[in-house]
Amino acid sequence: MPTTMTIECPECAAGAELRPDAMAGEVLQCPDCGVELEVISVSPPQVELAPTVEEDWGE
Amino acid sequence: MSDSTPRIGVLCDRLRVEEKLIIERLRERGIDHEVIDVRRAGFELWRRGAPRCDVYLARCVSHSKAQAALHILESLGAVCVNRTGVSDVCGDKMRTTLALERAGVPTPRTEIALSEEAALEAIERIGYPAVLKPATGSWGRLLSLVRDRDAAEAIIEHKATLGSHHHSIFYIQEYIDKPGRDIRSFVVGDRVICAVARRAAHWVTNTARGAVTENIPASEGIETLSLAAARAVGGGVLAIDLFETPDGLLLVNEVNDNMEFRNCIAPTGVDIPGEIVEFVVGVGFGGGAVVDGRRGMAEDSHTTAPLPAPVVVGDVSW
Repeated sequence: MPTTMTIECPECAAGAELRPDAMAGEVLQCPDCGVELEVISVSPPQVELAPTVEEDWGE
Repeated sequence: MSDSTPRIGVLCDRLRVEEKLIIERLRERGIDHEVIDVRRAGFELWRRGAPRCDVYLARCVSHSKAQAALHILESLGAVCVNRTGVSDVCGDKMRTTLALERAGVPTPRTEIALSEEAALEAIERIGYPAVLKPATGSWGRLLSLVRDRDAAEAIIEHKATLGSHHHSIFYIQEYIDKPGRDIRSFVVGDRVICAVARRAAHWVTNTARGAVTENIPASEGIETLSLAAARAVGGGVLAIDLFETPDGLLLVNEVNDNMEFRNCIAPTGVDIPGEIVEFVVGVGFGGGAVVDGRRGMAEDSHTTAPLPAPVVVGDVSW
């Protein structure tokens, strides 16, 4: 059974949980500093600071 | 490619709830698919190879990245949902308005101005209050409700001074005094699968700006106008934003080619991602072919469609 993985926030170094069903491209929030993190890879678990909203984003 | 079902390529960048739901439906239904992060893909324009997937579904949050990927893939002969031409039109409010006007689909009175002086004159012709929008904006951002000449002069100066070159094209529209809500309908192929009202105290009734959605039946009036708007831009998977005017008309405000729907599944009870997947698979079976009783996209749908009759709110019941 897949288990929750832990990643380290690149902004504040806090530990954050990556759900077993997480997907690359998904965005999560650091529970400590609140910064948005984008999942780059689930195996191995890897995140980086999510890009900020750009003018052409949306519907 | 699979023998049983088409292979679907989901073009994405940052995954929203919508993309996750679409991918979930593909998995649940055992449909051969590939999730392609366009930011990490290599597009070798010199390599004229056959596309890996039968159909590509564009679901990038970045419209310009989606457009680039669609142009490249279509040039290689790939089938895309939505088609590049549809994305081009819907990503530009001016082109959307032109398509709606050309098809006779009622839409708010709109003017385009290409200089600050012309913009001020256009606003005065439209009358106050007027609405200024970026021609290529989304999520209800940078919309201005201009109530008088002083405000018009200030906003025009700000856009000209602080904005990128996109903001030097002034998209000016009459203000529609809506009844505290607008209507969003969801068109998949040749069907309106559901509709919601988006209610807000603010004049911008966009869920990205906090509007609350509630289900409304897709009445005959909503359906007629929504399908006409979808055909006007080339058809596919589209969300149509409709305004109700104080004198009882329905107008098409916008057509969205990369619809967000997370807040509309629960109130409508419609499996919107499932409907999208079913449509895309149908397109993969031959585009326009009948699949489970439903048609895929017809290439010439926007040129053969009859002009819609005027739709009044009196025709609409919910």
